[in-house]
Amino acid sequence: MSDDIIRPLADYIANEILKNPKRAIRPDEKLISSGLIDSFHLVDLGLFVEQRFGVRLDDGELNADTFDTLEQLAALISARKR
Amino acid sequence: MTMLANILAEHYFFAADRPAIYLQVAGQPDRCITYSDLVCGAAGFARLLEQWGIRAGEVVVIILHHGEPLIYAFWGAILHGAVPAILPPLTEKLLPARYRADLAALIRITRPQAIVTYPQFASEVAYAVRVAAAPTTAIIELAEPLRAAPDFTALGGLRRQGSDLVLLQHSSGSTGLQKGVALSHRAVLNQLNAYAPAIALAEDDVIVSWLPLYHDMGLIASFVMPVVRRVPLVLMSPFDWVRAPARLMQAISRYRGTLTWLPNFAYNFCATRVRAREMEGVDLSSLRAVINCSEPIYHSSHQRFCQRFQPYGLRPEALATCYAMAENTFAVTQSEIGKPISRNEGGGIGHSGQVSSGRPLSNVCIRILSDDRRDLAEGEIGEIALRSDCMLSEYYHRPDATAQAFFEGFYLTGDLGYMRGGELYVTGRKKDLIIVGGKNIYPQDLEALAGEVDGVHPGRVAAFGIFSEEAGTEEVVIVAEAESEEPAERERIAEAVRAYVTQNSEVAVRRVVMVDRHWLIKTSSGKVARSANKAKYLSEFLDQP
Repeated sequence: MSDDIIRPLADYIANEILKNPKRAIRPDEKLISSGLIDSFHLVDLGLFVEQRFGVRLDDGELNADTFDTLEQLAALISARKR
Repeated sequence: MTMLANILAEHYFFAADRPAIYLQVAGQPDRCITYSDLVCGAAGFARLLEQWGIRAGEVVVIILHHGEPLIYAFWGAILHGAVPAILPPLTEKLLPARYRADLAALIRITRPQAIVTYPQFASEVAYAVRVAAAPTTAIIELAEPLRAAPDFTALGGLRRQGSDLVLLQHSSGSTGLQKGVALSHRAVLNQLNAYAPAIALAEDDVIVSWLPLYHDMGLIASFVMPVVRRVPLVLMSPFDWVRAPARLMQAISRYRGTLTWLPNFAYNFCATRVRAREMEGVDLSSLRAVINCSEPIYHSSHQRFCQRFQPYGLRPEALATCYAMAENTFAVTQSEIGKPISRNEGGGIGHSGQVSSGRPLSNVCIRILSDDRRDLAEGEIGEIALRSDCMLSEYYHRPDATAQAFFEGFYLTGDLGYMRGGELYVTGRKKDLIIVGGKNIYPQDLEALAGEVDGVHPGRVAAFGIFSEEAGTEEVVIVAEAESEEPAERERIAEAVRAYVTQNSEVAVRRVVMVDRHWLIKTSSGKVARSANKAKYLSEFLDQP
């Protein structure tokens, strides 16, 4: 999976959501079901994804049914970019 | 006195075709539920209760998501004369085992005669019923709305007395679920009779809400009141709103909404998370009141909301405030609609800039009490106590908790505040309570959970809330003493605490800090002193990312 997508996402989540820049997030780490990201953060993450990757997401598209890990989110984004 | 079911019957005869609720579900067309639809749906459910042998006055717990079955189950229980209690269903974040344990604790105390839920959730409920050893609790599965022509001569709800219970309200968490606020018909109707004039409610109003029905602000202000008062209600799911907060603005614009209630965090959330493209064509000029209620109110949140939405027609004078609690059915005070909200600009007591919650409702008497229960003078901060004709009858099956809650006939709210110029200013809580997004969280619940995690010293945990200017609400911090001094191991324990607490409480934890043994301050009686530890945390960790 493309590092160009995963790295900015991991940085954003560590810096802006977890407020812990030292926190490394593995590509297969569970983000939503583990409680790391809650539903309010998902809206922020959606806005970030739209700005950073120039894709458009539907209302509430990012949720526990569509992804749980960075790998899955990156796949969702690259499918949208094509 | 006309009771709730009688009012529903009147609407059925005199307003059958009027829209009661516009039900919104993401991805589906809106559904208009008329009073005729509402009463027939409710009558269908009442018949089901009858078939199950449920009698008037018996408690029916309703565990359903946003949708028609939930609406009909609530009003059907009322028509039948039963006492509905709406609880949140299990979500993907919460561990089923924890949900079952909380539900079992509630069943053990409340002893409901029935629990209504989805077929696919019935086994969870059955398990909780077994754990609670409550063989008399029936589990009623409900998948689809049921409809029936109402037979008003047979429906038990039309023969209720004012002092009979009409519903139970619970707050969240292991602690909150065990105190069901029991309200009578008279209390609910008295609340509406006092609150409706305070907001100048009229039949040409339109209420728009995303609030859950297991919370007083959602249940009373944004569900029971509009249905009783024939005010159309636009109702969306809290899950749909949190995923796309612009839906609230779009619904207000589409239905010319005039009134909406929001907890403080929602002002910040809407102001920062609504995209410009989602606001195209949206007009908020129909709003005559946006009422801030159910968590501490911040002027900065109002400013953000105004700045963001004034270009779309929001009038700043539409912003209003309210102080409310389930124990008073809902509202205790309300600021005057259409007038600027009072703020304490005077100095002297160190609360400059505080936002007023408005004047007591016409049926409410407020006292401010000192620690030794003397009445305090204007401007002095003490515990807010209240008396009204819309207070709880009791905490259901909890005579101990009921007795403790009253002093000289006044309900002791546990909130701190002061009166100034006839208006109430709420300043905090007497006991530790974290309020996140309008949801009350008992820190002892979170501390107990964190203490169950391997690597944490049991009993050496403090949980507290830190107000976030950006979020407009409190964020949860947990400080725990670690058994290991090794940084990587501490990191692992911190992650485990975060995951475990979230999955067992549905509370998102902002930060978990692992500290050395004996870092936490304890009281002389050996309890963790939360406010002292919060102050210590702020001085030691606040500047660190």
